[in-house]
Amino acid sequence: MRIKRSVAVSENGFVFDSSTGDSFNLNGIGREIVELMKNGLEQSDITQKIIERYEVEPAIFEQNLMDFQSMLRQFNLLEE
Amino acid sequence: MSKKKITIAITGLNNTDNPGPGVPFIRAIRESDRFDATVIGLAYENLEPGIYMNGITDKTYLIPYPSSGSEQLLARIEQIHRKNPIDVLIPNFDAELFTFIKNESWLRERGIKTFLPEMESFMERSKDNLSSFGKKYDFKVPKSLPLTGAHQVDQLFEELDFPVFVKGKFYDAYKAWDKHEVNTLFHKISAKWGLPVMVQEFVEGTEVNVIALGDGKGNTIGAVPMRKTYITDKGKAWGGITIDDEKMLSLTYDIIRKTKWRGGMELEMIRTRDNEYYIIEINPRLPAWLYLAVAAGQNLPEAMVRLALDEKLEPFHAFKSGKMFIRYSYDLIGDISLFESITVKGEL
Repeated sequence: MRIKRSVAVSENGFVFDSSTGDSFNLNGIGREIVELMKNGLEQSDITQKIIERYEVEPAIFEQNLMDFQSMLRQFNLLEE
Repeated sequence: MSKKKITIAITGLNNTDNPGPGVPFIRAIRESDRFDATVIGLAYENLEPGIYMNGITDKTYLIPYPSSGSEQLLARIEQIHRKNPIDVLIPNFDAELFTFIKNESWLRERGIKTFLPEMESFMERSKDNLSSFGKKYDFKVPKSLPLTGAHQVDQLFEELDFPVFVKGKFYDAYKAWDKHEVNTLFHKISAKWGLPVMVQEFVEGTEVNVIALGDGKGNTIGAVPMRKTYITDKGKAWGGITIDDEKMLSLTYDIIRKTKWRGGMELEMIRTRDNEYYIIEINPRLPAWLYLAVAAGQNLPEAMVRLALDEKLEPFHAFKSGKMFIRYSYDLIGDISLFESITVKGEL
């Protein structure tokens, strides 16, 4: 699951897709996840990175990650 | 590089809530490194804001509407040309283009150059011909049917579903949800813009536009896609952002290549959720948001003037995506003597 190449994320979590003109705001954790996805990390690697940094149950995080990624797909931010 | 002195006459100074492209065109020419332009504004109404804006025109003349007869309009242009010889004339209204295209050789004989679409291309892309245009050149267009009398409304909806867009020949477009609304809009629009009134299938999606310039030989000199971010109740872009949409660009290149389009163009499209593109309108001139393209790296007005002067130029190959514009309203203050001059003498 890859973020589209046309999507840029700023340090403040502002997301801009230059192919559609869509823009979004992410909170801190959302920005971190999108950055990890942009770096090509898979689900398991993203989960590993996040649980190392935050107090969260892996199963709960994985569920939230899936929800978040389906939202990214819905907003047309993922590669086909 | 020394700048070339040139006199350009431009219409479309109506920087209102339904803006013309004249003022941004002049702004782009004023920023040109190639031209030291004297700008003659040609206004149809004495309250067009561009007449009164500082640093826009050097001189403005009132001209008669083409609807009052092309002889009157041409006589006025000739009179202005005698006082201030015009090198290039840039008409900016859909409704006046027919007259200027028809009289292009008349203007040329007097030393006034233009860069306008060929009459055939101009006619075939018109709103009432859009369906045939789509078929001929193989582009997706929404189903559109002409309405020449209110009695046809019932018949029309054997082929179309609600909602629909009801559009004037030159301007105005309104969404309608039932036959009663279509009927009311038919009378409103036909009174203003004449017949036919077009009824167009509603395609759901995001409204996206491209500004482009064709050289008349099938080459695209420049093209910049934009997404409207703020749309007024008149359907005009009050804000927009340049986008890097390859499919929109390739559609534009394709249209210009197939039609050998000459002059400025605005392609209005709907991008559906399935990433399909429907062309809803092809405007035969640069749009009022043209300065966004200049800011993104393509000074298309300068390029158009160069083409009118038969200069050779390289096409633009790039632009910056993520450039945005937001219009604003601002109260210009002037003295009644300015209004008096334009009203009584027909010039300012």
